[in-house]
Amino acid sequence: MAVNTEAIGKTYPATTYEVGSEKIREYANAIGADNAVHHDREAAQAAGYRDVVAPPMFCVVYSARAVGAGVLDPEVGINLATMVHGGQRFEWGEPVCAGDVISTEAKVTSISERAGMGFYVFESVSSNQDGDEVVRGTWTNIVRGV
Amino acid sequence: MPAAKLEVGAPIPELRVTPDKYLPHRYAGASGDFNPIHIDPEFAKAVGLPQNILHGLYSMAITARGCAALAGGDPRALKSLEVQFRGMGLPEQEIVVSGKISEVDGHRVAVELLAEQSGNRIIRNARAELELPG
Repeated sequence: MAVNTEAIGKTYPATTYEVGSEKIREYANAIGADNAVHHDREAAQAAGYRDVVAPPMFCVVYSARAVGAGVLDPEVGINLATMVHGGQRFEWGEPVCAGDVISTEAKVTSISERAGMGFYVFESVSSNQDGDEVVRGTWTNIVRGV
Repeated sequence: MPAAKLEVGAPIPELRVTPDKYLPHRYAGASGDFNPIHIDPEFAKAVGLPQNILHGLYSMAITARGCAALAGGDPRALKSLEVQFRGMGLPEQEIVVSGKISEVDGHRVAVELLAEQSGNRIIRNARAELELPG
């Protein structure tokens, strides 16, 4: 059985996410990011940020939902039971601070097959309320036994 | 650390983190990823895993922290991070993030990293780009 490549290029509706300072704090605590700029508004402002700033990997909080639409799309046809997250790349732009409204668009960039495994690659592009790009993600999911 | 003081091939300071038993639950809440393989040991065993496993993106976040030390924790310094997830990360085992400088070009520094638990590589072929003060 071969992978179905018809969904390559398919895009998904943008999701929006409003960034809260307590959510940044909760995430920073979970990953052990103890720099005061993630926890304290005054410390963040003293370092030149508008407000409490998110650790870079906070990007998964606001961008994963857009990619999830593709992962779950029947036209993409991923078998979730045998899927693993194989690889991930993020490129960061403007920092994300509390109060930002982040919009994320996702698309299917490639679907291919090697050695009985399907490789499904999605790209997400997230921008803030000023239209500045904040992160670009490349998400590689591997499905065994395609 | 100023980029000019970094040499290609030099190791970066190791970061050691031991996620506790309930870390996957806190990370699930913080990230929004409630896949039961991360938070339900019985479900994880039923699908052939030894126990509930760490979120790959948590291990990637720890890898990102391993780079942040070079920048004094400044979150603006990290420009990109690319990883491959391998093996399975487990709670209650120490994660060791290590790496070395692979390129220095003006303010831009590239670092190659990996994250291991008891010699099991859970993140490999990781590459970060940072922008550091001159």
